Order: sequence, then structure tokens, then C-alpha cells
Amino acid sequence: MSYFGNIYRGIKTLLTGMSVTGKYFLTSRKGAITQQYPDNRDTLKMFDRFRGEVVMPHDEVNEHRCTGCQKCEIACPNGSIEIIWDRQVDPETGKKKKMIDQHIYHLGMCTMCGLCIEACPTDAIKWAQNFENSVYDRSYLTKVLNKPGSKVKAGIED
Amino acid sequence: MDTNIANSNLKSEDYFINMGPQHPATHGVLRLLLTIDGEIIKKVEPDLGYIHRSIEKMCERDSYQQIVHLTDRMDYLSSHINNEAVCLTVENALEIEVPERVKVIRTIIGELTRLASHQLWWGVMGMDVGALTTYFYGFRDRELINDIFEETCGARLTMNYNIPGGLMFDIHPNFVKRTKDFIAHFKTKLPEYDRLLTGNVIFQKRMKGVGILTKEDAISFGATGPVGRGSGFSCDVRKHHPYSALDKVTFKETLRTEGDSLARYEVRIQEMWESMSIIEQLIDNIPEGDFKVATNAVIKLPKGEFYQKVETARGELGVYVVSTGTKNPYRLKFRSPGFSNLSLLNHIAVGGKIGDLVASMATLDIVVPDIDR
Repeated sequence: MSYFGNIYRGIKTLLTGMSVTGKYFLTSRKGAITQQYPDNRDTLKMFDRFRGEVVMPHDEVNEHRCTGCQKCEIACPNGSIEIIWDRQVDPETGKKKKMIDQHIYHLGMCTMCGLCIEACPTDAIKWAQNFENSVYDRSYLTKVLNKPGSKVKAGIED
Repeated sequence: MDTNIANSNLKSEDYFINMGPQHPATHGVLRLLLTIDGEIIKKVEPDLGYIHRSIEKMCERDSYQQIVHLTDRMDYLSSHINNEAVCLTVENALEIEVPERVKVIRTIIGELTRLASHQLWWGVMGMDVGALTTYFYGFRDRELINDIFEETCGARLTMNYNIPGGLMFDIHPNFVKRTKDFIAHFKTKLPEYDRLLTGNVIFQKRMKGVGILTKEDAISFGATGPVGRGSGFSCDVRKHHPYSALDKVTFKETLRTEGDSLARYEVRIQEMWESMSIIEQLIDNIPEGDFKVATNAVIKLPKGEFYQKVETARGELGVYVVSTGTKNPYRLKFRSPGFSNLSLLNHIAVGGKIGDLVASMATLDIVVPDIDR
């Protein structure tokens, strides 16, 4: 291989690579996958299954589906879920029934593994797609999922 | 002063230098203690443990369902395959036969994971040897795979989509279309990778003949994955011990005999083609059926020892479970590919320059959480 042949081949490979980058330089915005994140908040829609945080949906009369069976608490690998419960008299049957007082969820500890939602027999908790969770103090990340004054929907048994 | 005394005082000593733990080329928090003579490396000593989280000990505390999500955090670039390894171990121990649909979906997502991992490796490897463009191109194509994962599994990196007995939920209706679109897209992009980097004269000079590992050394160091195959050591678990739906597909095991950095690079580029071919064979005929079989809420493995190995993007991952019949494993040991592959770094880097060390470390494709666990 001659000295000049080497130089020629070297320059040729560099130009081949530059033809790739040059193509993208000229058509830079076409097919770009970068999202203009804080500016596109209005149009940004996360996928339905995206794991943002665990929430407990309530209906319009402030009723949820959680019976306080604690299966999510047992399924959680690192204790992100704590359930404080007591037995209260059910007004319909007159018997004592297990009810949740507080369903506490530590978002700061959650690893988003999804085992609690998988374990829930009554679909009381589900994923929300909110991912903007930055706060000034860690204690804000501890949330009580059931709203104040809410009760379990009638007829939900685990 | 006597000249002889002055000369004896000039006797040179070994010069130590730290590379890492926060060095970009160490791919995480890995500290390398280099003993150098000028720019020639005399010894490389990896210092591990900066992100040790005692995952193996935590596994002894957790139930078998909970162990799966910990393996996401080991080799985070092939998290699905890690999950699969634990699930296969539990399923083998319980003698559960998972539906065909589960096997095929697991294989497809596993190969997508491998593609994503190799794309990221290609990007950072180019950056390590001085080509910043590759970083953006690699991440651009990987983004599409991450979208597929996010839509179907719910997360982009730590997916935790496998559970013992099947999958957490069924695939998303868009999954097949998105995967096909991606394969069609990436088939036009992968030749660009070659044109941009593989043929480049500077890249060739940095890679060829650097960090040579012979086949005998690869075997004795326990090198697996593309590192072993770049030295001609046929070690693909997918070929030798097929799991899930890998026995239904045909693919070639890529082997190179040179054993240098360029050989390891070429093995990974070729593996991307093979992975795409595997996905294409499976994506059109995903069998109908259930996406999981019912298991007990509390899984108790029978008394005994169980081992399962899978091929992650980095090599052979083994899961070894010792069970005493309770709901937790008595001992769980991961044989991680990164640890064995890192152990040969001293062997291939001694005698080379510091720049060569960076290049050969990039082709080892180490992920530090996998090494430290």
C-alpha cells in the first residue's frame, strides 16, 4: 500500500462518515425525537400504562373501593404502603367490619414495581400518569390516598 | 553531592493514578487504580463496591415475586432479561409450564432489550474513543424501543414486566405495529452506524489489535457474551441452552477469532442484525392464549437447589437459588456477566496506553451496578 493510497483511503472514510452527519445537518428537524419538555406540557400525553404514582380513585359521592385487606401492604417490597385500619360497625348489617382509616403511600420510597396494583383484589388503587413529583421537602411525598370523609363503596368484598 | 548518590536518588518508582470513581469512561462509579510508567500501563486494579446495595441479601428477605423487581436494578440495560432469569428459575422449580404466548412475548421483549442495550453501548463507545455524534444517534434509535416498553410495560428502564408464571399484563394493542415500525426504521439506520464509525480510519486505528484476548484466556477468565464470542469462544446461552421461545427461531451465533476490540465491536453490530431477525420471525405469529398462569399468592419453592442461566446483552447471567421450602430463598446468588468480564481488564490492558485502556474497557461494555449488585 502506497503512502498516498493510505491518505486517499483515510480521507475517503472520513468523507463517508461526514455524508451521514451532513444529511442530518441539512434535515435536522425531520424525524427528531427530542421533546421540548417544559414547553410542550399542554400537548404531552403519557402512555396509559405509565407508572407515575399510585392513586386511589374516588367517585362523585366520595366513595373508594378499598376494603383494607392489606394485600398491597404485604406485596410491597420496601414498605412504601402503610394501612391504618380499625373495625367499625357497618350501618347496613350492624356487624363490625374492617375499614381503612388512612391508606398511607410513601412516594419517595416507591420503586414503581407495580406489585401492589397487581395484588389488589378490588381494583382500589391504580397508576396515575403524573410524573412531576419534585417538592421542596421529602415529607410532602408521603401521601394519604383516601380522601377525608370517604368510605368504601357498598358491596365491595375482597 | 556525589554523583552516584544523586543517581540512586533518581531511581524511579511506580506511579499510581486513580481513574474514577467519577470518570465518564468508567461507565458509572468504578475506580481503577492504574500503575503506570509514563503512559504505559503496568497494572490495572479495579476497586469495586461504590454502589453495592446487597441485592443478594435483600433477596433472602423478599418473596419470590418481590425478588424480580430487584434484578431490574442490577444490569439496568437488560432488565427484562434479568427478570426473565428469576422467573424461569421459579417456574422450573415449581414445574409450571407457561403458555406459548408468554414465551414468545418474553423473547421478543428480551431481544428488544438487547437491541436497546447495544444501541446505547454503540453510542457511548463511540464517545469514549472521541466520536460524540454516535452518542446522539444511538440514543435517537433507542428512544423508539423505550417508547415500546413504556406503552406495553409501563416503564422505560426498570420494567418489571415478568412475574413468576407469566407476564404482569397483556401486551398493548399497539405493540406489534410499533415493533414492526421500529424494525423497518432501524434496518435503514444500522448501515449508517457502519458508514459513520466502523469504516472510519481513526476508529479502526484505535480498535484494531488493541486489548487482545485469546480464546484460552477468555475461557479461563469466564468471559461470556460478546467479549467471549469476539475471541472465538462459542458461549451463546440462547444457542446452547435455549429458553423461552428461542428454540423456535433460527439465528446465527456471531463468532470472531481476532479477539481484539474491533472483533468485540463487530460481534455486537452483527448481534443487532440477528436480534432483529429473531423479532421478525416471532412478531407476526404471537400465539393466542393467556398471558399468565395462576400461581399461589405465597410462592414456596420445594426444598433444593435450582439454577437457570440466560443470555443478557452482556453475557451469561446465572441465578442460583437454594431453597429450604419456605417463602424466601435461603441463599440466592447471581452469576453476573459484568463481574467476570471486568476481571480480564488487567490482562488485556497491561502494556498498552491509557487511551487503549479506555477503548478496550468500552468494548467490554461493563455496567457497574451489575458488578457491585
